[in-house]
Amino acid sequence: MTATVKTYLGRLLPQLIVLAAIVFAISMVFPGFLNLQIQNGRLYGSLIDILNRGAPVVLLAIGMTVVIATKGIDLSVGAVMAICGAVAASLITSGHSLLETLFATLAVGILCGIWNGFLVAVLDIQPIIATLVLMVAGRGIAQLITEGAILTFNDAGLIFVGSGSFGWLPMPVVIWLVFGVLVALLVRQTALGMLIEAIGVNRQASTLSGVLTPVLLVAAYVLSGLCAAIAGIIAAADIKGADANNAGLWLELDAILAVVVGGTSLLGGRFSIAASVLGAIIIQAINTGILLSGFPPEFNLIIKAAIIVFILVLQSPRFRSAFTFLQIPRAAGKPTEREAK
Amino acid sequence: MKFRKALASATILAACMFGSASAADLVVGFSQIGSESGWRAAETTLTKQQAEQRGIDLKFADAQQKQENQIKAIRSFIAQGVNAILLAPVVATGWDEVLQEAKDAEIPVILLDRTVDASKDLYLTAVTSDLVHEGSVAGKWLVDTVAGKPCNVVELQGTTGSSPAIDRKKGFEQALAGNDNLKIVRSQTGDFTRTKGKEVMESFLKAEDGGKNICALYAHNDDMAVGAIQAIKEAGLKPGKDILVVSIDAVPDIFQAMAAGEANATVELTPNMAGPAFDALDAYLKDGKEPPKWIQTESKLYTQADDPMKVYEEKKGLGY
Repeated sequence: MTATVKTYLGRLLPQLIVLAAIVFAISMVFPGFLNLQIQNGRLYGSLIDILNRGAPVVLLAIGMTVVIATKGIDLSVGAVMAICGAVAASLITSGHSLLETLFATLAVGILCGIWNGFLVAVLDIQPIIATLVLMVAGRGIAQLITEGAILTFNDAGLIFVGSGSFGWLPMPVVIWLVFGVLVALLVRQTALGMLIEAIGVNRQASTLSGVLTPVLLVAAYVLSGLCAAIAGIIAAADIKGADANNAGLWLELDAILAVVVGGTSLLGGRFSIAASVLGAIIIQAINTGILLSGFPPEFNLIIKAAIIVFILVLQSPRFRSAFTFLQIPRAAGKPTEREAK
Repeated sequence: MKFRKALASATILAACMFGSASAADLVVGFSQIGSESGWRAAETTLTKQQAEQRGIDLKFADAQQKQENQIKAIRSFIAQGVNAILLAPVVATGWDEVLQEAKDAEIPVILLDRTVDASKDLYLTAVTSDLVHEGSVAGKWLVDTVAGKPCNVVELQGTTGSSPAIDRKKGFEQALAGNDNLKIVRSQTGDFTRTKGKEVMESFLKAEDGGKNICALYAHNDDMAVGAIQAIKEAGLKPGKDILVVSIDAVPDIFQAMAAGEANATVELTPNMAGPAFDALDAYLKDGKEPPKWIQTESKLYTQADDPMKVYEEKKGLGY
């Protein structure tokens, strides 16, 4: 048991160190950063903002991790967010109940995933191209749904998804926590995770050894679509409106970055959902930190890029082998199949 | 098949009927950029309305953000022999050749909303708003409203480096100059979107003592203001009272916020660029009167006193 915990921590250690360093750096620049208080029945403070604002990218990163583990990539998630936000807003304004709206929106996300999965698994199109199709077309579809305008709504139930709170935590945080744990349990308490990794390492060998590759591939893209749908609902509910032009814009790149910062290789294979979630939180911590620091906006992107280059250098195998003391030694003699968790 | 034939003949018939009905009237071609924002959709709607009111036969071409489509559209307008061309140019450069073709065909070209880097004699006039002026109208309202009391202002800028962001910032700062009671304490980009407006405002509130330190918010567009208003409410403050909210554009949603007392003022970027353009065109075609090379549209200030709900109803149907 302790060995499992140790390998688990060992896997997440670089991300945790980086996150701690960033939080420390921001609290140096901005002393009130760590303050937390209860306001309007929920926790209020910059740390909560990071968890809350990071929700869309965290959700996208969960789906993206699984897709990337199959040696794929899903560029369409930002556009799917826009579509799902638009669908949710148009359904709720046309008088459908909250439950119908949520289910229909999630179904649309799943449908987008099936489309991507079909192109990749059945037609064997390269994932970057296959998902590029929906990335380009998706925003157009979203604009068709909203007729180019920002579609605003006032349904208290749908707004609750974006700005309500549950047990002192903002609703988006609750959603990604629960969803992340569910997905992590699903892939790790079953053989699913290992099969996905097998596909990522060698698709043909997996097929030959009896893995239902096409089904699992489609499932990976469906998960990604579902994550994007939830993220889209949260993003729309947050601003009480569906903004087809801007919802989820460039977030596919942030999600991919989160996965990479989380240490999952773009070449597929071993993956860690917890690490990707940490990666997304790191990115959001940088964003929030920059906003709090009061630098002129011209510096935003440069600061962000500099920090990310720094993180990636820390993670590079060459650098790590030069500084091996940063790693916790692995429990000797124990099987290491779970270390990628 | 039969249906298709019937449809085709009906179309031809309709084309003949409309063709003959408006033969005596003006035919104007309008090359629009696309429909990238609600404002542009409203501009398209208003241009069509204005043309209809004046009995102008408007030939509309949507370029889908591509200059080559606009050049194609202008060439086809020239080939059709329209009386004038309205152009909302997607970029500033690369227009000399096609504008020269229009000039050779003696078709006046009027630029809408944006200008081009081309010789001024290649077009009749340009109808645009003055972005710096918009910023200064917003700034002047704030100076008058706080009336000498000390006031810390936070600013939500547009997309970094875009001309509306640069000019609206400049105009606002010009209006504040010399009023030492007003100080811009924080300024960040919100990328002209609601989401970023809300996120950045949340950080402003945290950074300025939970918002107690902030007396006014200036947003470069209404969408960011709408996002920021939600952030202010979630922080337990009253937007419009605890923190004054002034922004630019006058999109319908900000009027709802004003009616609810949550926003204080907005400066209109009118989507009716076609009205002044058609006026200038009329004068030019009838009396040969050359309009000035730049027609500035009005930057009207709306406050809570201007019956915001009524303005909202008027603007709602324009496609914003």
